[in-house]
Amino acid sequence: MKDRATLVFWCAFVAVVALLAAAPLVLPEFWRRFLTEILIWGLLAMSSDILIGYTGLVSFGHSAFFGLGMYGAAAALLLVAPPNLWFAILLGLVAAACVGAFVAYFATRLRDIYFAITTLIFSQIFYVIIFTWTDLTGGENGLTFDRPRLAIPGLFSMRFTSTTLHWFVLAVVAVSYLVLRRITQAPFGMVLQSIRENEARTRAIGYPVERYKIVAVMISGLFAGLAGVLYAVQNEFAAPDFVFFLVSGEVVIFNVIGGIGTLVGPIVGAAFYLLLREGLSRFLTEYYLIPVGLIFIAMVIFMPQGLLGFLRRPLNR
Amino acid sequence: MLLQQILIQTLNGVVTGMILALVASGLTLIFGIMDVVNFAHGEFFMLGAYVGVLTMAATGNFWLALMAASLIVALLGAVIYLVTLRPLLGRDPLNTILATFGISLVLQNYALWQFGPVARKIAEPFTGQFTLFYLVYPWYRVLIALLSAAIIGGFWLFLKYGKFGIWIRATTQDRTMAEAMGIPVPWVLTGVFAIGSGMAAASGVLFGPLVGVNHAMGLDWILQAFIVVVVGGMGSLGGCIAASIFISLLEAYATLWVSPSQSIIFASVVLILTLLFRPTGLFVPTPK
Repeated sequence: MKDRATLVFWCAFVAVVALLAAAPLVLPEFWRRFLTEILIWGLLAMSSDILIGYTGLVSFGHSAFFGLGMYGAAAALLLVAPPNLWFAILLGLVAAACVGAFVAYFATRLRDIYFAITTLIFSQIFYVIIFTWTDLTGGENGLTFDRPRLAIPGLFSMRFTSTTLHWFVLAVVAVSYLVLRRITQAPFGMVLQSIRENEARTRAIGYPVERYKIVAVMISGLFAGLAGVLYAVQNEFAAPDFVFFLVSGEVVIFNVIGGIGTLVGPIVGAAFYLLLREGLSRFLTEYYLIPVGLIFIAMVIFMPQGLLGFLRRPLNR
Repeated sequence: MLLQQILIQTLNGVVTGMILALVASGLTLIFGIMDVVNFAHGEFFMLGAYVGVLTMAATGNFWLALMAASLIVALLGAVIYLVTLRPLLGRDPLNTILATFGISLVLQNYALWQFGPVARKIAEPFTGQFTLFYLVYPWYRVLIALLSAAIIGGFWLFLKYGKFGIWIRATTQDRTMAEAMGIPVPWVLTGVFAIGSGMAAASGVLFGPLVGVNHAMGLDWILQAFIVVVVGGMGSLGGCIAASIFISLLEAYATLWVSPSQSIIFASVVLILTLLFRPTGLFVPTPK
């Protein structure tokens, strides 16, 4: 029985990845870019799910990790003469990890609502720093740079087209998903879930809860930073708007709409949200957030499990 | 010269601190009694300011605008509570953050849609000024501080001696017991939410004449208010007032050296230190 469930999971995984890999071959340019963007936002939402869905900590500060990954990548691409993709990823991850360590150290001392508020305020600090440190970050205008080439030294080097970029992003997101899934199923992930279910008891059994939470926040921050790097590479700019806390709010919305604690759900939530925004903004322009907000409230009240909530059990097997 | 600047900033700090206290006391009240973190509190502040603008345009009377804004937004708060938050009663309090975040999005964009992106202005009820060293200082700012203090003081008296106030305190202490004693707890919660919203709206109208009224004005305040509520100790009215004034003074002095937009960093440092050394709040007695 167990083997059969595993088989079904892998077949479904391969089928979905193959479908997403084939999509850019048939889609027009606009939707190709759109699909890539969904995957990037999905990765960000998925990283947040480690905290919301598995550890029971709602983070309203994921824009800080995302933004720092973005600015780290920007720094790498502007500093090194022929822009190097791997250096950008490295520097973006280092930046996100530094912020992650800082936020994790302070915020994990708190639980529930206090955690949400502190992460929110921390992300706002980074927003203010980035926004006002004009010499380094370009302030409100942000930074623009050239897209690096996809290259492995000594093997090959090619320019990104929108199709190869999509495949690259898909590969990163798929691998990230497998890694995060592995983490949540490992003993470490089990401890996180027991913190979610009953923190006091987990502590009483003898697990160092604070240390587990710090590592969870840092893992989450790293993957969020990775999403930031990908976004920077795709759009060739970094802007303070992406550090603003409304982005963190959107990440929480992706999670709740898609279904927390499933890892796949947040990606579906991101897709649903972005499609809704795309459809609504055609005739509502910037007011699309009114119906989106109403749908969100209704889902919190009537459908707290989210769109993929019914898959929660099989996906975590 | 520096001494004079410091004195002026002290006055500025106390004035903003009193408005902040009025905003944050609604927030801390709603949290302390109902376990609801109200993300939409800044939006009630903003809507209050807009109702003030509209009433001013219709009648020209500032005091009428203040009353109308408080009452209308309190009523709106009660309706929003009944529709969105009451179904969440008994679920994890985290759900209320999510729901109120959604409410905040809807209200903010509704205001943008209805009133447009251009900032509106509320006229000051009177324009008297006095000279403070080299600066001409409007009396209205001093009046704001006094009015905020009066509203908070009145509310405190109401909590202490009013029948409904006693119900509120009983509900805070023990919800089940209060219900057993015949207190209509669901209506007390609705009332508290309405009062909190009304207080936010009142501060919006009071603050309106100092800056323009626009759809995003709630954002700055909600972050400040969250910092104040954590530093002051969640659910503590006295701690919230002390923390408001403390943080506003700190930010006011900070602007002598750094740009105003960076002064929130100082508030955040206070927050971090509080979290490190006294996570229950700076201005509340040590819990036993």
